[in-house]
Amino acid sequence: MNGKRTAFNFWIIALSCLILGLLFGIAGSLQYVVPGFLKEQFSFAKMRPLHVFLITQWISCAAVGSMYYFIPSLNKGKLFSPLLAKLHLLIQAFLIIVAVSFFFTGKFTGREYMEFPVWIIGLMILGWVFAGINLLATVKPKYDTAPVYIWSWSAGILFFIITLTEASLWQFDHFNTNIIRDITVQWKALGSMVGAWNMLIYGSAIYIMCKISGNDNLARSKPAFFFYFLGMANLMFNWGHHTYIVPASPIIKNTAYIISMTELLILFNMIWKWGKSLKKEDKELHLSYRLLKMTDNWILLNLALAIAISVPALNAFTHGTHITVAHAMGATIGINTTILLAAGFFIFFTDKQARFVHIKPKHKKTLWVFNISLLVFWLSLVGSGIVKAIGTAENKVFYEIILALQPWFRAFSVSGFILTGAIIVLAYPLLKYFVRPAKNRIEIFDANTHRPLVIKEKTEVIKTTDEVL
Amino acid sequence: MWKKKTTIFFTLFISYAAYSAWVYTNGTEQNIQIRFSDQEMLGKQLWQEKNCSSCHQVYGLGGYLGPDLTNITSDPKRGKAYAAAFIKFGGATMPNFHLTDKETEAIIAYLANVDASVKNNTP
Repeated sequence: MNGKRTAFNFWIIALSCLILGLLFGIAGSLQYVVPGFLKEQFSFAKMRPLHVFLITQWISCAAVGSMYYFIPSLNKGKLFSPLLAKLHLLIQAFLIIVAVSFFFTGKFTGREYMEFPVWIIGLMILGWVFAGINLLATVKPKYDTAPVYIWSWSAGILFFIITLTEASLWQFDHFNTNIIRDITVQWKALGSMVGAWNMLIYGSAIYIMCKISGNDNLARSKPAFFFYFLGMANLMFNWGHHTYIVPASPIIKNTAYIISMTELLILFNMIWKWGKSLKKEDKELHLSYRLLKMTDNWILLNLALAIAISVPALNAFTHGTHITVAHAMGATIGINTTILLAAGFFIFFTDKQARFVHIKPKHKKTLWVFNISLLVFWLSLVGSGIVKAIGTAENKVFYEIILALQPWFRAFSVSGFILTGAIIVLAYPLLKYFVRPAKNRIEIFDANTHRPLVIKEKTEVIKTTDEVL
Repeated sequence: MWKKKTTIFFTLFISYAAYSAWVYTNGTEQNIQIRFSDQEMLGKQLWQEKNCSSCHQVYGLGGYLGPDLTNITSDPKRGKAYAAAFIKFGGATMPNFHLTDKETEAIIAYLANVDASVKNNTP
């Protein structure tokens, strides 16, 4: 038992959440462009949590689905407990249905990004505990020799459990009755939770890179671990840049600022790698590779923005503007979604045992549409943020600022619509495959016609020779 | 080599735990204690139940469809009465939540507490 079906079911939930979340995003953007649109019937107070929650579930479910698919290959094709994975899946499906029902009916008892009742957070934690048990018991990591993606997945799960617990601390009066503490701890939990996501996703990205290149040393190198620990430090202490305007202790701000600046090291590393990759001819045809190369460019753009808004003098103007949204969208779409789609296509092709994976022209076009529309979307958010920051600095009333923002809102609404189309075009074949995976055949594709050359019966269902540990 | 990696991990983790404990206590202790009264707590609860943060921010946390409300009650151009009118009846973009007078006043009281926390704690 390798839990492959459970991994695919996680992916089905993830892709469904992605498509639905994007549609709610489009509907939400219309409420910016057409003031009052559906305000009484389906207000932004419902639309926004539906969009945000479903997109966060896309990321969580795709990341965990990928992990469940990958880890048996580290243990002779076996998952420690497929039953535990199934229970995790059931919990996840149940909590998504319940949370979405609460949002539809306008029953909000939680907080921003977690507007559902606290007991749902309890279920989430239980799911992550199950995932943690399965990860540890399947790969039985000897951390002395374990590749960095095992460290990343382990840290991701650990910090999901910690930060979800932390996000529930407002239940205690010690936190709930002190606004400074309440807001600071909420930012702390949410900021670090993004780091936990990143740990899970980057773990899968490095795993795929190793498998595509056939070189596992990449995941055992000193630079890989240096950046892993740097990422850990950022996960733990970087959240404070969200709280520059909260009058908590200045130590929190200074710690966040110093840690944020270490990200420069990552940025330089990325630029160096990127420059190096430009010199060689791009012979790689793997769709996952293309998606990961796209991620690299979005990391550069987003990191530059993140570092800029981490500077307190700039943060004072940019916080509370759409520049923060641009940062979040750049990260969730440009980085997380491209990595997860890369993981999805990697699983898709690996599972089909497609020996030669040529990127199809329609995929090339879709990737172009994806990148251009995302760039317009991202720039329109940055533009909105700058206009709002200037308007606020000039002490303009909110109505005047909103009027000045209308052209930017229209740009992000239109580009968001096109971007959604591109993502759905990429997601659809994955969804179709995960619902009905190929059973017993191997497809070998022709490089020019993209048609299957050979279709023959599989001799084994899953590769079990991947002895990494 | 393995000791180096696990030592780094545990050093970071212990630092994080100690830092978290400090943030939960002294790092966020207010210069002047402004704990919520019962009315303010009701306002805070309503703020969450109506999901006001989907459109409005407090201390940068929240959405952008509506204005930031951190300093709304002391804003010379807006103030409590202006905010209360919007909260009670809605606006062009904001729906009418059909709140009672008591509930409207509770949300205003909560926002006034937030506003005071900025002024009393900013160094």
